[in-house]
Parts: sequence; structure tokens; C-alpha cells
Amino acid sequence: MRGANWVAFEVKNITLTVGGEAYLSAVDACFTPGGFNVLLGPTLSGKTSLLRVLAGLDAPTSGQIVMDGPNQSKVDLTGVAVKKRSIGFVYQQFINYPSMSVFDNIASPLRVMKTPKADIHARVEKIADLLAIGPMLKRKPLELSGGQQQRVALARALVREADLVLLDEPLANLDYKLREELRAELPKLFNQTGSTVVYATTEPEEALLLGGTITLLHEGRTVQAGPTLEVYRTPNSLQSARTFSDPPLNSAPAVCSGGTVQIAGGPTYKDTLGLPDGAYQIGFRAHQLHVKKPSRNALDVSACVAITEITGSESFIHVDLLGQRWTALVHGIHPYSEGDQVTLYLDPADFMVFRQDGSAL
Amino acid sequence: MSTPMTIMRLIKRIRITPTLYILFLMVPLYWLLTMALKTNAEILGGFSLWPANPTLANFKTILTDPSWYGGYINSTIYVALNTVISLVVALPAAYAFSRYRFMGDKHLFFWLLSNRMAPPAVFVLPFFQLYSSIGLFDTHIAVALAHTLFNVPLAVWILEGFMSGIPKEIDETAQIDGYSFSAFFTRIFMPLIGSGIGVAAFFCFMFSWVELLIARTLTSVDAKPIAAVMTRTVSASGLDWGVLAAAGVLTIVPGAIVIWFVRNHIAKGFALGRV
Repeated sequence: MRGANWVAFEVKNITLTVGGEAYLSAVDACFTPGGFNVLLGPTLSGKTSLLRVLAGLDAPTSGQIVMDGPNQSKVDLTGVAVKKRSIGFVYQQFINYPSMSVFDNIASPLRVMKTPKADIHARVEKIADLLAIGPMLKRKPLELSGGQQQRVALARALVREADLVLLDEPLANLDYKLREELRAELPKLFNQTGSTVVYATTEPEEALLLGGTITLLHEGRTVQAGPTLEVYRTPNSLQSARTFSDPPLNSAPAVCSGGTVQIAGGPTYKDTLGLPDGAYQIGFRAHQLHVKKPSRNALDVSACVAITEITGSESFIHVDLLGQRWTALVHGIHPYSEGDQVTLYLDPADFMVFRQDGSAL
Repeated sequence: MSTPMTIMRLIKRIRITPTLYILFLMVPLYWLLTMALKTNAEILGGFSLWPANPTLANFKTILTDPSWYGGYINSTIYVALNTVISLVVALPAAYAFSRYRFMGDKHLFFWLLSNRMAPPAVFVLPFFQLYSSIGLFDTHIAVALAHTLFNVPLAVWILEGFMSGIPKEIDETAQIDGYSFSAFFTRIFMPLIGSGIGVAAFFCFMFSWVELLIARTLTSVDAKPIAAVMTRTVSASGLDWGVLAAAGVLTIVPGAIVIWFVRNHIAKGFALGRV
């Protein structure tokens, strides 16, 4: 169903410099309605800065924010006062008006817009039921649990059916169970509104679960943008693969000569990509490093265990070899201890090969 | 239940040390109250722990003589004026200090407090000369304005502390919800720092109510404060002890009432909101 809104937002060449420090450098991104627009990047990558610029809370040093206008025109939003925009914003911390009841908190944006009273009641109750906070409408936000407080904040962002809803790591301060629960609900909630939803997160796993499209940020720059799964499968650079990888990406320098690739200080394999002679970087993900030989072509390397983390169904084995720290994510419990020598297997078919400077081939 | 056990329990429950402490604290107050209820003859006659013939005549003198109750009215007027002016000025100032960074903000903030470090006596002469020359001498607003020199900085410090305890994100959420700044400030922000406003008002009230030097110098007849009235009770017949004591009791009452309202927030106020 298409909402009344259904407008796309675009940031063009946005730069934000605060006190001589570049928070955002020439960021271009497009955010579309109908599905999540995930902003993924580590801490200090500029996610929050970009959200704040999108909301108008911070003015960009240079650049433009543009939204779809009527009849396929574009409206320049740069410099428009925050209160004149149609936005919702949910912070990582649970931000509600402590002196108002939950009902008044959710109703607040509607009241400002002078929505008729009966209408306010209906909409607040509907959204509160959707978010399972219906019975708490008379309470004060601080009397609720963390998860419920964040639901109130989400309800306030949802209720006005704004053109643009910005979520800044909204689940980061919640405990594991609540996070999973809300994460599953969020796409359903927002898909009905027709709002353009931008969701910032530091967790690659969360980005994959939410789907939609993704923009990878690193040190205030866009690294790659596109449909989430596509970006995950075909990173356009070593940096993109690194940003979108948890546990960290395994990588090593390699040299190709005469159709044979030599991983620096390690095994060699036959090149199948038709690489010209030269130096390269190869990368592969943690689940592609095995303790059992996965296929006939798999290479074996011998490594020294640095630390093993066991989550129950899986083990993360961090190993040192060839001057690199690699991580293997393997099923089952593998209680290696520090200093153990292990043989690990990797399949050249899994390798992502980049140029020496980290760019895609 | 045996009697000795009960007595032991009672003693334990009473807690000797605080009881003694409070008793000693109350002695001067008690003495003031008994004096107010005695006649001059009894006060000067000899030592008595409680009034032999309690009388309300002293209070009656004060409440019927305009030169006495006028002092209370004058004090109340300029104290109220001062409290209102101080808060109206300090609220936006404290918000600016709490929310914005600007050049020299920290120095300015400290300088504000340093105003309070100067004794009021320093300012008596300039105030007197200034107010006399612009025709404000002996008006309520003159005293109220003079007291803001001390009260605005203190109110700014207290309010800034309370405001900085409110996350900035609340301001932003209000902007996003579409509130205008004034609507946000009065409807959302001020209720959140309500206790801070109460505490700041209390400190303004208290300073202005007890301050004698400036208030006395800047007034003569029309705006003469109660504290000044009390210092000139030597009449031809000698000192009127009973009436003076009754005036003292009446002077304490408003402060006690105000303290009652802010009693739960006062500690935070003393820490300038930084608890």
C-alpha cells in the first residue's frame, strides 16, 4: 500500500566539519520509501552526523538535502527549520518527555499539528496497540522498562506518519531478547506507513536482518551503497567488505604470476579469474575458514591459536599466521587453547580479490 | 512487657545526640518566641523560662501600626519583584549557558558567580548615587533591581545545573515534533526543571528578604523594609523589647513557609543542581 507520503530523500555532496574535524566528507546517498535504508558503519563513521543533517538538527558545512516534491519536482530541504519538516527521530537513548504521560508523549506531534481530538485518540491508541504499550498509556515514561520506553519513542515517531523517519541505533541500549523481538517487528511497522525510514546501526548482522538497501559509511565517507544482500555479496572494495563483516574480515596480500596466486608466505592456488600478473589483496569471511577440509580444492594452512570464544553452538577461533590475525567461525565446540597449532582450510572459490590498494578489480 | 525494657527501647528510639543538637538549635528561637509573648516589664524583670502572663499585645501592636506592618508590605513587594525579575532574566541565560557554546562562555559563567563574592557594602555607594540621580530612590523597584545583582548570578548557576541534567535530545525531539521554541520552553522544559526553579526562587527570596544594608540605604519612608524598621525601635521610653521580638517572629515566618515548599530539593540547590 502506498501512503500519502512516499517521497525519496537524497543527500548531495554533504560535508560536515566541526571544529576543524571532518565528520562527513562529500557524502552522497539516496533514501527511498518502502523498506529500510540501513546506514552501516563503525562508531565515529558519521552515521549519527548524517542522520542529524538529514533531520536538520545540524546544518551541513556544504552540500544539499533534496526531497521529492509534487509533479516529480525536487524540493531543497537544506536550511529549512526542523519544526517545519515532517520527520520522526528515535535516539539510541530512550528520549521521551518525562513529565507527560505515555499517551501525551505519543500524541505530542499530533497536538502540535492541531489534529482533531477524536482523531488523536484513535491514532494514538492504534499505534500503542501495535507496539504493545496499550495498557501503559496513563503511566509516565520513566515508570516503564527500557524496552517499553523505546516503544514509546518509536510510537511518537510513527504516529504522525512523517515523510522521513530516522532511527539512530534504536535497539543498541536494549537487552538481547528485546532487541530481537523489536527488530522483527520494526519492518512490519514501518512498511505500512509509506515513510522513508533510515536506520543507523553498527552491526552488520542487524543490517542483513533488516534487508532493504544499505549505505556503508567509513570515516565520514560513503563506501558503497545498494541493495543490502548485493553489497554483502559483492563488495566494491576491501574497505566495503571490512565494514560489512562481523566477525572481522580475514585478508592477506597475495601475488599472481603466470596464473598462480601465492598468498604471502603461505600456500599457492591456480587462478580462475584471469588475473594479470601483479600484487593483490584477498579477503574472505570468518565462516569460510574451516577446521575440516570442505572441498577437494581447499588449501591448508597451519596457524597458532590466539584465543577461542565459544558461544555454544559456534566457536570463534582467532589464529595468527602469515603475520595476520584471522578468525574462523566454525560450528560446534572447539576448545582450543592459546598456543595450540591447528590446521585450517580455505577454499579459493570463496576469495574476494581486490587490487593492492583495496579497490575492486 | 516489663517496664525497664520499654524504657530502654524508648531511649534507643529517641537518639540522644540529634535530640540534644536540635534542642540547642531551638533555644534562641524559643527565647525569641517567649519574649514576644511577654510584657516589657516581665522581660526586664528577671529570668523566667516561660511567660507568666502570655500576651498577644506585642503582635497586635505590629499588625495595627502602619509604620510596623508597612515594613512587611514593603519587604514583600520588593522581594517578590526581585524574585520574579531574577527568574525571568536567569531562565534564558541559564538555558544559553547550558545548551550553547560561545566564545568566552566559561569565563562569563564564572564571572557571574564572582559577583556574589563582593560584599553588598561595596555597591551601596554607587547604587545610592545612581538611583538618587535617576529618581528611583525610595522605591520598591530600586531595591528589587539592586538585589538582582546578587540573585541573577546565583539563579543562573542553580538553573544551569538543573538544565544540564536534562538531555539535549529532549529539546531536539520537541523541535522534531514541531514545537516552537517558546512552546517547548514553557510546556515541556520548565516542568522538567520545576524543582530547580523552586530552589532558585527560594534562594532569591531568602537573600532579598534578609539583606539589610542595601535595602536600608536605598529607602527612607515609602519603601522602608521591615529589617530597617526593626533597627529603629529605640523610643523615648527606651527599647520596646516585646514588640521587637514579635517582629522577629513574624520575620521568620515567611522564610519558614518558603522552605517548607522546597524542602525536598534544597540539597540539590545548594550543590547548584549538580547532584
